[in-house]
Amino acid sequence: MATPTLNLALKSLWNRRVTALLTISAIAVSVALLLGVQKMRTAARESFANTVSGVDLIVGARSGPLNLLLYSVFRVGDATANVSWSSYQKIAKHPDVAWTIPISLGDSHRGFRVMGTNGSYFEHYRFGGTHELRFATGGPFHDLYDAVLGADVARTLGYKLGDSIIVAHGVGNVSFAEHKDKPFRVAGILASTGTPVDRTVHVSLEAITAIHIDWQTGMQAPAGFRVSAADARLRDLTPDSITAFLVGMRSRVMTFTMQRAINDYRQEPLLAILPGVTLSQLWDLVGIADIALMIVAAFVVLAGLLGMLTAILTSLNERRREMAILRSVGARPRHVFTLLMAEAGLLAALGVLAGVCLTYLLLLAGQPVLEKRFGIFVGVTGLSEYDLAILGAIVLAGLLMGLLPAFRAYRNTLSDGLQIRV
Amino acid sequence: MTDPAIDIEAAEFAWKDQELLLAIPRFTVARGERVFLKGPSGSGKSTLLGLIGGVLTPRSGTVRLIGTGLSGLDASGRDRFRAEHLGFIFQMFNLIPYLTVRENVLLPLQFSSARRQRVANVEPGREALRLLDALGLAGNGLLERPVTQLSIGQQQRVAAARALIGRPDIVIADEPTSALDTDTRDGFLELLINECQAGGTTLLFVSHDSSLSTHFDRSIAMSEINRTPSRAN
Repeated sequence: MATPTLNLALKSLWNRRVTALLTISAIAVSVALLLGVQKMRTAARESFANTVSGVDLIVGARSGPLNLLLYSVFRVGDATANVSWSSYQKIAKHPDVAWTIPISLGDSHRGFRVMGTNGSYFEHYRFGGTHELRFATGGPFHDLYDAVLGADVARTLGYKLGDSIIVAHGVGNVSFAEHKDKPFRVAGILASTGTPVDRTVHVSLEAITAIHIDWQTGMQAPAGFRVSAADARLRDLTPDSITAFLVGMRSRVMTFTMQRAINDYRQEPLLAILPGVTLSQLWDLVGIADIALMIVAAFVVLAGLLGMLTAILTSLNERRREMAILRSVGARPRHVFTLLMAEAGLLAALGVLAGVCLTYLLLLAGQPVLEKRFGIFVGVTGLSEYDLAILGAIVLAGLLMGLLPAFRAYRNTLSDGLQIRV
Repeated sequence: MTDPAIDIEAAEFAWKDQELLLAIPRFTVARGERVFLKGPSGSGKSTLLGLIGGVLTPRSGTVRLIGTGLSGLDASGRDRFRAEHLGFIFQMFNLIPYLTVRENVLLPLQFSSARRQRVANVEPGREALRLLDALGLAGNGLLERPVTQLSIGQQQRVAAARALIGRPDIVIADEPTSALDTDTRDGFLELLINECQAGGTTLLFVSHDSSLSTHFDRSIAMSEINRTPSRAN
């Protein structure tokens, strides 16, 4: 007897198709929101966890792991101390170390951090799993006063190749002390990565030394003692210290040994962290926002289902006649019960189905924008088991809500019998 | 086959502790008989139809339909019995608005395998058409038309076809003609009675309009069978 009732439920819904369609749309939109948040959440988490990849250790002066991660990878906050050049050299030359990327921070350009590094950065830095840094235009720095811009820097400030930029001393948004005498030339612009790289101005380590060559305790030397841009080229520009460095090991197995060795390093208080571990610690902090989003989305779904409940309940009174007719042709009260359950189930299931379609439609449409603008790659992948469980739960919740009108109709049916109440 | 179609004996009905609505010492309708039951509203006829339909149970006494005591069945048993053996036609708005003529007529077959069996040798749609035709309703694409496009007279014919499909033993018609004009009414009544006669179906026709009684084998007033103290007159 399930088929006739399901068939009746379908036809009855079709008869009230405007209301049904609105109900389904409400559920669909809420489901799309929930799925969208869920997909974005996964994508954001992945993108976050992949801010830096392929790096085995991050080494800086001893402070906290989060602090080190924040300034070395996210360009947030400042280092409390530096790493001496000699310690860096010693570790970089260790036989187990495959490569290192030195990082020297402290200056800025119109709110964007300036980072001193070397060619190894463009060669070894990875993000989002295995993505290498790509140049949108130009290439790495060759000349001392060459700069390579992250995608956001170039877009926000409207720079193109060959433009001249002046680096400010310190990291404030507005800085009065500028390295005006040693302007840089834009030699390359990186493609968007969706990581803090986009918001970074890259120069060589030597350039960082050069622009600070005549600075002492945060002040440029008085006029007569200054070193010109051309003269600076002739000096030894090997830095005394760097802010931090990224380490790639020859073999992953050696990572922990190396980490311990660095943390126990006698000559200088150093800290080595595993980026993956610290990234996930950091996510636990910032990830609360996405739980809040999830909760909001869940409530929107609840609102959608409550809309359905309202629609079915209000239809009940005008359908008492329908129920009495069904009874007179032999429908049992339980048929009436299942009819309404089927209706709720159908509305919820169709709503979920439409919601899934809507989600994918939006994903397909929004994917290029998301990737380009925010560097978040949202894969148009199938539904995960978790997604399916959520969708199943929504249909189940819809069915549970259907119990209420079903039970009321059941009771009406018993009391009305074959009498047609108008 | 000697059991009467309807046999009510010493049946009393009242809602819980309220006054007696119905007290029937004896009421029988023979098989194949077509009985006109005259009753104004408030005479207890809705209660009587509820008892025969098995949606109400008497406080005492028995209701036997074609030899089966309804009190011996549970609620779902009575539902099944109704689905198999009874057909109903009501005053108006008899049809499910969102179903076509065909779907409305065939509805009882979905709830009763016995009635489905009885028309198993013909295509159900054809049987529906035959009944509609016998009841004076014909036309191109009639079966697939939405019932909301039909006039009230046409709707009552669809309802009658639905009550008759699968040859139930008893058809109960509750004021089916009160919404019809005189010409339509007489035509409808004649065709309904003919079709019941052809199928050997028992017909219990309830109406307040005694001018219709001439069409029937027997005519009886509600007041003759209902002996509640307050209503006895």
